[in-house]
Amino acid sequence: MATYSINDFRTGLKVMLDGDPCNIVENELVKPGKGQAFNRVKLRNLTTGRVWERTFRGNESLESADVIDLDMEYLYNDGEFWHFMDPNTFDQFAADEKAVADAAKWLREQDKCVVTLFNNAPLVVTPPNHVELEVTQTDPGLKGDTAQGGTKPATLSTGAVVKVPLFMNEGDVVRVDTRTGEYLGRANS
Amino acid sequence: MSDAPYSPSCSPALIQARADLYRSIREFFYRRDVLEVDMPLLGSHFVTDPFIQPIVADNAGTRRYLQSSPEYAMKRLLAAQPRCIYALGKVFRAGERSRRHNPEFTMLEWYRLGLDDHQLMSEVAELVTQLCPDTQVHYLSYHQWFADSLGINPHTCDFAQLRAIGKGLIEIDDTGLTRDDWLDLLVTHKLEPEMPPGLTFIYDYPASQAALAKITPNKQGVLVARRFEAFLNGMELANGYWELTDPVEQRQRFHSDRARRQALGLADVAADERLLQALEAGLPECAGVALGVDRLLLQTTGCTDIGQTLAFADERA
Repeated sequence: MATYSINDFRTGLKVMLDGDPCNIVENELVKPGKGQAFNRVKLRNLTTGRVWERTFRGNESLESADVIDLDMEYLYNDGEFWHFMDPNTFDQFAADEKAVADAAKWLREQDKCVVTLFNNAPLVVTPPNHVELEVTQTDPGLKGDTAQGGTKPATLSTGAVVKVPLFMNEGDVVRVDTRTGEYLGRANS
Repeated sequence: MSDAPYSPSCSPALIQARADLYRSIREFFYRRDVLEVDMPLLGSHFVTDPFIQPIVADNAGTRRYLQSSPEYAMKRLLAAQPRCIYALGKVFRAGERSRRHNPEFTMLEWYRLGLDDHQLMSEVAELVTQLCPDTQVHYLSYHQWFADSLGINPHTCDFAQLRAIGKGLIEIDDTGLTRDDWLDLLVTHKLEPEMPPGLTFIYDYPASQAALAKITPNKQGVLVARRFEAFLNGMELANGYWELTDPVEQRQRFHSDRARRQALGLADVAADERLLQALEAGLPECAGVALGVDRLLLQTTGCTDIGQTLAFADERA
């Protein structure tokens, strides 16, 4: 396993810290007066998503984390695992609930997403930023309320619940930002 | 400025600002009858500071060190030809590149005969306020600096207390961290970011961080280094001493620096015998200071990276 010395640190580098794979978000050299150099490093723990700051000395080093982001196609859920396929190799990967987490409510079969592999097993599943999904349940639309104000909850085909304008009906397809859960518009389908 | 790899790192305005700054600095010292001197960049010796690493040059098989400061050469000159002098030129430090570091940078260093650290601080303040009018100037002892922010006396508080405060503020593997390391960490992580805008002088450093400054008792009778640092808007700008002139003490400090380098697994650096001989011949009582000229430009022009003040920063040089 490769190791990185502090001098190799740069944004985006994946390293192991306290047994967890982390992504370096920021790295700043601080060198006080006549004292020794330190690096103030901001890291994102890829298992928990938490960002924290850690200070290192120049002679420290960290192991590289065997982490890779791959574009994959979502296949199906078997009740326990979510299955994905690398379209280049046709290799299939099963992600557990911890890896899929909140992404589950946005996953539609055959959609593309990014699967982060750690030691060749899914660590994090990131849905596309924008998805188009069908409304499967919502209160009936109100005529004449097309222009302004008012939202109502709508359940989408994947189970996600988003706020949509009052004029939307069951069977309509909506465009949603998965990062914020916000309704972006009616899909052009 | 362009992003093409051949193009400069900085704008035409910064090229002009640097030229203007050099001219103002030279006028400041000309009016005060301080003589400009030109010191070698290639030296046979290097500073023993454990935390300054050399860029080594090979002159047809002879080892030379690109100098990290003109200090030793200027002191040898002072011992032989005593008069007030300054040097404005490039210095080199291995492995330093960040928003506030570049491995080669421009240093202004000057020595004033007969002045002590406090008198030299006043002169630094005059220079900086002349170059950047409307700069507020503050003076604070290292003791007061820690007392105001953390409620401790940095010279006398015990190691366990210092470590507990440090651990509460900073996540770090603290194996082997010394008292001075913790003091430095509290400075960089806590005290520096809290500094007010303007020029702040911190004086009376811990004796253990004396470098090449005299050590004398402060008002409370604690031995402190007659060393100061100037910070401009919270960024370290200058480091000065009421200079150590005692050759025996100087030899002792070289020795402890080398022992520390060895303990840290760093390459040995020989003591500069020529500097010691100059001190034995007699260095006149004086105060000296080194000021980072690129940082002065950075702070006065609103740049965010020192590279923006350089014609070609390290990655384009």
